Amino acid sequence: MKRYFSDLFVGGKSLVDGLVVTLKALCQPMVTVQYPREEIDITPNFRGHIDLVLDPEKNTFRCIACGMCERSCPSECIQIKGKKVEGKKKKTLSLFTLDFTKCSLCGTCVEICPTQALEFSNEYNLAAFSREAFHYDILKRLEERII
Amino acid sequence: MEIISTLPPELIRMVFAVIIIISFIFLNAIMMGYLERKIAGHVQRRPGPMEVGSHGILQLVVDGVKLVGKELLVPVNVDRTLFRLGPILSFTPVILPLLVIPFSEKLQARDLNLGLLFIVSMTSINVMAILVAGWGSNNKYSMFGAMRAVAQSIAYEIPILLSMLAVVLMANTFSLKEIVGAQQKIWFILLQPLAFIIYIISGVAETNRAPFDLPEAESELTAGFHTEYSGMGFSLFFLGEYTNMFTVASVATVLFLGGWHGPTLPYGEYLGIVWFFLKVYFLLFFMIMIRWTYPRVRFDQLLNFAWKYLVPFSLVNILITAVVIKL
Ligand code: SF4
Ligand code: SF4
Repeated sequence: MKRYFSDLFVGGKSLVDGLVVTLKALCQPMVTVQYPREEIDITPNFRGHIDLVLDPEKNTFRCIACGMCERSCPSECIQIKGKKVEGKKKKTLSLFTLDFTKCSLCGTCVEICPTQALEFSNEYNLAAFSREAFHYDILKRLEERII
Repeated sequence: MEIISTLPPELIRMVFAVIIIISFIFLNAIMMGYLERKIAGHVQRRPGPMEVGSHGILQLVVDGVKLVGKELLVPVNVDRTLFRLGPILSFTPVILPLLVIPFSEKLQARDLNLGLLFIVSMTSINVMAILVAGWGSNNKYSMFGAMRAVAQSIAYEIPILLSMLAVVLMANTFSLKEIVGAQQKIWFILLQPLAFIIYIISGVAETNRAPFDLPEAESELTAGFHTEYSGMGFSLFFLGEYTNMFTVASVATVLFLGGWHGPTLPYGEYLGIVWFFLKVYFLLFFMIMIRWTYPRVRFDQLLNFAWKYLVPFSLVNILITAVVIKL
């Protein structure tokens, strides 16, 4: 008999507690982000495809066209070319492409670069109708940023 | 014009009342569907429908059009007559109680002197509809849903009746209008709090909503008794459910919350409907919150609760009420 009433009391109290929880949640702000209309900030360690670093002093890339990244990439998705320019001893970068369909975002290229010329971008709005759309011209992307 | 003037005015009045009530039922279902999804969303801290119209306000209209546009599928081995009859039987009786509910002092289609009994008898036809639909579907899930609905209704009808009886004893009438009239000074919820709690619990169980939604328990029985229904068949059940909720809430308002009584308004005998609706929708909000707060009860818990707690408590309540009135 004692159990009968204590059940009623404990049960009733837990029901009220439950309602308080949901009523509180009802008044709190939503967590969902209405994605195409709202966006949240990307965390700094997000790995998008690689990009060339824009050196703020020289206002151009830091890459010395050594080819380390191309050789170390396990998926062979980087292609670079350098050419001789008049008046400079070393080669300058003339082509830097990335086949993002094969990239595994392993980060080897970023780590191995002797001049810290590579970084991960935070592009995540990636969708396209063809594979070729993911063959990026990284050098061109950088040149667009120079201006 | 000629014809209209020869018709009995009472008939015209009833036709108007029925038309208004049917259109209100659809409006109510749309509003409740929208509210339910919005509240469910915000309880879980997500926005709910957002795309159709400003803040998704037209979502239910679009859903309605989709449901109407669907083909009426009748599976091969069902009992065709019963299968068709189910949704109709679930929808028709839920309209009738609204005819005797006094929305305000002068807004009532018909003041039956046995109004309360009429409502009780009409709402219990809903169980028939579920049984017919579940049996007619020739599907074990539907059958289980239907059997559960019957057991549940039998168990919860009794505390409902007993808690209503306590109010009837106090007001000394079955007419809803007179019951509201008797609450001029003090609402019955203050005199009969236990009966109110019992009524609300059993009322939620009577509408087959969570946490008492065993007849359609989606995680166990697919969709229970309406597994086989699509399109309009399903929407009639849906309409029936929301109208049933509305009926339960309005009866609670009439019996316990003083019906149309509230601070005086101009044209009080008509505008009392504002207070009435405020109270009803507050109760409906509460019912929605309950649904999104509590998990579904197990079947033995459901029946235990009705027979071990609700029935004895309401009997004791009636006994005390009767003794106090007699003194
Ligand atoms: S490793 Fe660095 S410096 Fe060498 S080619 Fe690649 S990006 Fe340029
Ligand atoms: S992240 Fe890895 S796979 Fe992608 S380009 Fe760099 S080295 Fe190649």
